[in-house]
Amino acid sequence: MNAAADRRDLSWWVDKVAQILVLAGGLSAIVFIVGIFLFIGREGAGFIFEGFSLREFLLSPRWTPTSNHNPTFGALALIAGTASVTGLAMVVAVPFSLGAAIYIGEFATGRGRETLKVLVELLAAIPSVVWGFVGLSIMNPLIVRVFDAPVGLNVLNSGIILGLMAAPIMTTIAEDALKAVPDTYREAAEAMGATRWQVILKVVLPAGRNGLVAATLLGVGRGFGETMAVLMASGHAVNLPTSPFDAVRALTATIAAELGETAEGSEHWQALFTLGIFLFLVTFTINFLADVFVRGGLPGRRRRGRRPVASANP
Amino acid sequence: MIHPIRAGVFALAAVVAGCAGNGEATRDVIQNKGSDTLVNVAQAWAEEYAKVTAETAVAVSGGGSGTGISAMINGTVDIANSSRRMTDSELEQARANGHDPIEYIVGFDALAVFLHEDNPLGDMSLDQLADIYGEGGTTERWSQLDVAPPGCPSDKIVRVSRQNNSGTYFYYRDAILGDQRDFKLGSLDMHGSKDVVDLVENTPCAIGYSGLAYATEHISMPCIRASEGGDCVDPTVATAIDGSYPISRPLFMYTAGEPEGAIREYLDWVLSDVGQCILHQKGYAPRAVLDCS
Repeated sequence: MNAAADRRDLSWWVDKVAQILVLAGGLSAIVFIVGIFLFIGREGAGFIFEGFSLREFLLSPRWTPTSNHNPTFGALALIAGTASVTGLAMVVAVPFSLGAAIYIGEFATGRGRETLKVLVELLAAIPSVVWGFVGLSIMNPLIVRVFDAPVGLNVLNSGIILGLMAAPIMTTIAEDALKAVPDTYREAAEAMGATRWQVILKVVLPAGRNGLVAATLLGVGRGFGETMAVLMASGHAVNLPTSPFDAVRALTATIAAELGETAEGSEHWQALFTLGIFLFLVTFTINFLADVFVRGGLPGRRRRGRRPVASANP
Repeated sequence: MIHPIRAGVFALAAVVAGCAGNGEATRDVIQNKGSDTLVNVAQAWAEEYAKVTAETAVAVSGGGSGTGISAMINGTVDIANSSRRMTDSELEQARANGHDPIEYIVGFDALAVFLHEDNPLGDMSLDQLADIYGEGGTTERWSQLDVAPPGCPSDKIVRVSRQNNSGTYFYYRDAILGDQRDFKLGSLDMHGSKDVVDLVENTPCAIGYSGLAYATEHISMPCIRASEGGDCVDPTVATAIDGSYPISRPLFMYTAGEPEGAIREYLDWVLSDVGQCILHQKGYAPRAVLDCS
């Protein structure tokens, strides 16, 4: 660039200012994420470096932070709770979202396709507390009646709710992945005499595999991070689940329910931030893996022509 | 979860109403925060007090005893409501910050045990409750108590409790288990007394606990025996006043230092017969027997 050739008129200044603003916007994402990590790290540090036992945290199901004589901070039951709910949610969400993505991407045409896409995005816009209401007031009595379960707030209830919540995002990303498969693949397969089903099963799905794995991983990330709906529908019980009808408690829900009434800086407070650090690390890893898959494998072996899909998990 | 929001709206309404009626005169606003058990009656007091004097407005919010007490420690509240006594360490923290909490007992609350309305059990002892709720207790099934609640084929006792820093949780734990024993893990820990009642209403296998004032007509409350073979006492306002109900507790308000001016007047009014009758109407026991008719 030749600076001498620039005319420093209004447009030049507008251009400069816009450039700086956009740069600041881009940098802010990095600043925020580092800032958040430093903040939760600092709040949890006292606990991690002093009272913390990694063994107890990971292997004990006893979460009794306000006990008079023996406060314990075992997160195993909370981790198991989050994992079981998220696992069931994926069992619900994967078939739904994959089916929807295949239909929207490969079969639907014209207005039908546009309408479906809008509806799926609308589904993603339902606030999680509304899903929680559905779990609490519709699913809860239903599960008690249909399955004779002792209580309707359990893994099954929150897993279904969470599956329905994760499905729209997974559908959108899976559909993007299928769209990224070049049409020449389909045309070649059809020219060989493959039926529509064979084209999808043998050509499109394998070619879009990485994107589909990424969609599932982002769904898992969504499940791990979801708070309100799980808090309302899971029963909020510190419990190692042995069946879908057991009430459980999620990591996120524990933080939400307990932080408000905990004295700032106390051991309990720091333990809750340690849960936060753990959650952050898990969701960070999941999103990173999803990103790797979207880019078509490990960094360095990146394939050409695959547009990375924006991460849908904020 | 609903109460703090409702409390906020009421507080806002009280402030707005106060402003509208008052024009330019300076007005004291008392910040009052804490216990979910007390929040309904605290709102009723604030609303009635607005009719008594236009010079003082009381802004009430809930959030739980712990919230009120931390606000007292941090000095962000004039009156903290609590359904448990402040602990020694909390008192020390508050004094270290220059706030010397003064304690007022504003009433009593019977902590009722809730069962589904179809549950035939009408009589429980503290030992039975300890065996159901306490760590190491062996009662897991309704058949161990010789009942078969209709609609509960699994026979499993679903324990409903509160989040582990609620004042109600602390009081109930210490009352039935003593201060050296913890709750069994696996209880459903609800965020508010109303959530406990809602869940027990809809769950035939459930047992829960909360302040008597939260009871509805769709719930059954067994009488409680302090000891095996002792008298079985129903949870009522009357038995909470005379002290015969074994799990009733004082309800507290704390001020930072000796209250003066508007705060003093408000507390005097709360403790007067008028204030105590409002408490009684909300389902709590006043500090002394009084005629509210």
